[in-house]
Amino acid sequence: MREKSWIREYGWILLTGVVVGVAALILTSAGNPKNMGFCIACFERDIAGALGMHSAGKVQYLRPEIIGIVLGSTLAAAVSKEFRGRAGSSPACRFAIGVFVMIGALVFLGCPLRMVIRLGGGDLTAVAGLLGFLAGILVGIFFLRRGFSLGRAYPVRKGEGSILPGMMILLLFLLLAAPSLLRFSEEGPGSMHAFWGISLIAGLAVGALAQRSRLCMAGGLRDVFLLRDFRLLSGFLAIWITVTIGNLLLGSYHLSALSQPIAHSQHLWSFLGMALAGWGSILLGGCPLRQLILAGEGNGDSAVTVLGMIVGAAVSHNFGLAGAADSVAADGTYVIGGIGTAGMAAVALGFAVLLAVTLAHLPGKEEAI
Amino acid sequence: MIDARGFSCPLPVIMVQKAVQKDSPASLAVLVDAQVAVENITRYAHSQGYQVQVTPEGRDFKLILEK
Repeated sequence: MREKSWIREYGWILLTGVVVGVAALILTSAGNPKNMGFCIACFERDIAGALGMHSAGKVQYLRPEIIGIVLGSTLAAAVSKEFRGRAGSSPACRFAIGVFVMIGALVFLGCPLRMVIRLGGGDLTAVAGLLGFLAGILVGIFFLRRGFSLGRAYPVRKGEGSILPGMMILLLFLLLAAPSLLRFSEEGPGSMHAFWGISLIAGLAVGALAQRSRLCMAGGLRDVFLLRDFRLLSGFLAIWITVTIGNLLLGSYHLSALSQPIAHSQHLWSFLGMALAGWGSILLGGCPLRQLILAGEGNGDSAVTVLGMIVGAAVSHNFGLAGAADSVAADGTYVIGGIGTAGMAAVALGFAVLLAVTLAHLPGKEEAI
Repeated sequence: MIDARGFSCPLPVIMVQKAVQKDSPASLAVLVDAQVAVENITRYAHSQGYQVQVTPEGRDFKLILEK
């Protein structure tokens, strides 16, 4: 009996973690950038580039993984009768938070999911990101305990909840039937990708499983501190362990803080970027992956958040806010990457915006219902 | 009755947690509108020694927590 309840509680989430890890390894072997089998922030940035929302030539590709995740969630929610139109919980604030979660993630060079995948590849620079993510989550929990809330969402028609899944179908159509309308990188991370069918299937599998298991990278750490609940964290750890074992078996595990793929050594800014992403994710109620899943289930607020993140990616590259990877110059010198003054100012602005949104949504202020 | 309908994760659980920590009531009714909230509250309630009964009410779910 106890065994059965353990399987019911942890079965889906562990399975999801393992599938995400294996999918990340397969996608990397099939052509995706190293330590980037799955990265919600990077892939939304590439989609922004493919649509011409920014002109950073190295990060433009319409990533089918994102399409698959949203549609996988929609299918799983439809089968389990959980697809419901919901909206109305401070959508404009969610859009703004989404923008800064993306800016923070791109300063670090990865969303919370890629952070774990980087750790699973032996990338020690991601430790600064993990610590920052944890710090941001603790700040978010501090305000949750004091009553922070973006307010209620309300039932809306299924048409409202179908907007993001519908947009994803349209994007898939553009990729397959009208690629000449899109931009494709010829070099850099955007040019590295698996065959679209593999990416789409991996996305569908991860989207469906994450919908069933409620996988959330921010929720994993949040629930441990807030509720002493380790269920979501087990998914987070399952990804980490699976990717680590897979990389060890494939000979692609490199334990080092130098020369890691698409990563930089400005540790303070990795920490602060992920702190911004972590705090924002707690205010939103879930990490970037979870926002895609919720949008797939019919949540219009999460759809707006995803659009905010895509705009955030465009802003990051149009204003030079995103991190640059460490590199080796022609003469063999190791060049530290990271962000410039504009990126630093954007992170500071992000903290100010999150603080303002937080303070405006505490009890005793203007009451949200 | 705690009306946690429409609040995003993890607010429904926090609302229940606050009520439990404040008064440790023998019984508590909660109204939510999402399956994920049902699961989260049930898991928390079990960890606090409550039995949980879930009843669908239209689009919503009513949870009765009892010690």
